[in-house]
Amino acid sequence: MSKFKILHVLFFALAIGFLFLSHYYFAEYTQSIVNNIAIFIILAISYNLINGVTGQFSLEPNGFVAVGAYVAALLLLNADSKLYQFDAEEPAGIILALHTTNFILTMIISGVCATILALILAMPVFRVRGDYLAIVTLGFGFIIQLLAVNFPAYTNGSLGLNEVMKVAENGDTSRYTNIFYSGGVAIIAVIVILNLIYSKFGRAMKAVRDDEDAALAMGVNTFKIKTMAFSVSAFFEGVGGALLVGLLGSVSPDQFTFFFTFQLLIIIVLGGLGSTTGAILGTILVMGGSEWLRFLDEPMNLLGYQTEAYPGLRMVVFSVILIFVMLFARRGIMGQMELTDILNKFKKASK
Amino acid sequence: MDSVLFFQQMVNGFSLGSMYALIAIGYTMVYGVLRLINFAHGDIMMVGAYAALFSMTSFTLPFPFALLFAVTVAAVLGVATDKIAYKPLRKAPRISLLITAIGISFLLENLFQVIFGGAPRSFNVPEYLEQVVSIGDVNLAVSAILVPIITLVLLACVLFILYKTKYGMAIRALAFDIQTVNLMGIDANMIISIVFALGSSLAAIGGVFWALNYPSVDPLMGVLIGLKAFAAAVLGGIGSVGGAVLGGFIIGFTEVVAVAFFPDLAGFKDAFAFIFLILVLLFKPTGILGYDFEKSRF
Repeated sequence: MSKFKILHVLFFALAIGFLFLSHYYFAEYTQSIVNNIAIFIILAISYNLINGVTGQFSLEPNGFVAVGAYVAALLLLNADSKLYQFDAEEPAGIILALHTTNFILTMIISGVCATILALILAMPVFRVRGDYLAIVTLGFGFIIQLLAVNFPAYTNGSLGLNEVMKVAENGDTSRYTNIFYSGGVAIIAVIVILNLIYSKFGRAMKAVRDDEDAALAMGVNTFKIKTMAFSVSAFFEGVGGALLVGLLGSVSPDQFTFFFTFQLLIIIVLGGLGSTTGAILGTILVMGGSEWLRFLDEPMNLLGYQTEAYPGLRMVVFSVILIFVMLFARRGIMGQMELTDILNKFKKASK
Repeated sequence: MDSVLFFQQMVNGFSLGSMYALIAIGYTMVYGVLRLINFAHGDIMMVGAYAALFSMTSFTLPFPFALLFAVTVAAVLGVATDKIAYKPLRKAPRISLLITAIGISFLLENLFQVIFGGAPRSFNVPEYLEQVVSIGDVNLAVSAILVPIITLVLLACVLFILYKTKYGMAIRALAFDIQTVNLMGIDANMIISIVFALGSSLAAIGGVFWALNYPSVDPLMGVLIGLKAFAAAVLGGIGSVGGAVLGGFIIGFTEVVAVAFFPDLAGFKDAFAFIFLILVLLFKPTGILGYDFEKSRF
């Protein structure tokens, strides 16, 4: 076992320890932040796989997350609450028939549905390159969101689905997502994606990013590689969608506009496009930071002068910080480096 | 379908398409010179509409001056965003530029939400633009006739500037190869400023016309309109001004016609731009009038 493998194991042990700590000792509010960050880590590293590692400028994660979230909500709600919730139209038969309370199964099915969608979309999407790819995927993400609005028999239209909560026999409700689910999936996602990046496929993905034509000339099946990265990232985005539903207890189309995608894009670019470590750091900074900035939306006491509440001020400050960070840290926090690369550098420097 | 309704829908499609075209030109020109999808462009349009609204209500300027004021504000803002957020990043990876564009977009949207509130404000259309003119059996508001005419005149001006003046030549040269342009003694930064001023002015006019037709403004109005205008620019072939105009008209017409003739599709109105775009890109990956940027640079 090399030194770095030991280091990795140590990191994962620390992460798992942190999950236990936060599950048993953190307040509920803190727990929901930890959950949220864990879910966004899953989304960010899987988005980074297609966007940063494979270099395909896709703007579609909102679509995949939406699919995962809707599938999960429809599976977790029972027939009665569906009948009760669907206002505009009677729910379709198949929607009523499908139901499970097994959250792990739900996550897997959500992920698989998103993957199937990715496989279907890969053909049209990867016919174009570069910025054209960006606008095509943006379009698909937008269309998926509109489909959710316009098929009320399946999705309850713009009202979305609510009260996706676990109901105990005594009538108590609780969230499906807990720290072990979100954190556990996050750890699994990190392991899977890092292994993929350091495999033969990962090298091919980086080759596609750096020079697609050269990769093609060297015999890399670029379409296959892109499709693979797209589907793996879609799978984890679908699972992330299921976790989001399990955490929030509701899903609606306006949760998944392209703002969602932009948020993820900001996270991975801030962290360093192409670096999984960077995506994780970026998530913690952006999600934690925007949570921390929440005080700006409240009424404030500035030097004895009581100000009113300005809802939205938080986002103003956030965007100013974002612009400044991009102006001065152009390649993000980590660049394209991983944690191990930095440690390697230190090792070389100390020799 | 009687001919009166048909004619009316044609005018509506024409007017909507011309607004998309006005906004799409800004996207296509900025993309042409900087290879940047300027996500803040739609929000500059929104600022223009707000500027017109407030110059009419707070300063009681007459409408033509309000329009002029909106154009000035938007042009200054366009140039300022370039100087602050894009110029320092000329040599940075393109993705950083894109993120600052998204940042500017978020900033404008949220700043306007904080200052003016998120609720839509009604736009007071001057009376003479609301008067109804009857041509045969067709009744049209003055604005419905005036907007497309002004737009066409403006488009002609832009095409004239681009293809008949020395600044236009510089802009096209910049779109072709930014490094060589610097060697030829052209001040690239000044030309880029002109591009931003021109594009933002047109966006402001588009925004004011939009506010006239759907008499309200809100801080997020630029998001969807901007995206659709960008889709129009790509559909026509990004980098080509003629293509942006063509794409704008195609999308405007499709939206109006599809909703008028197939009311069932009304829910998908906003998606037509993208569906069209995806279909076109599948067969002609650079848009209708576009050329391959990545290849043309070598």
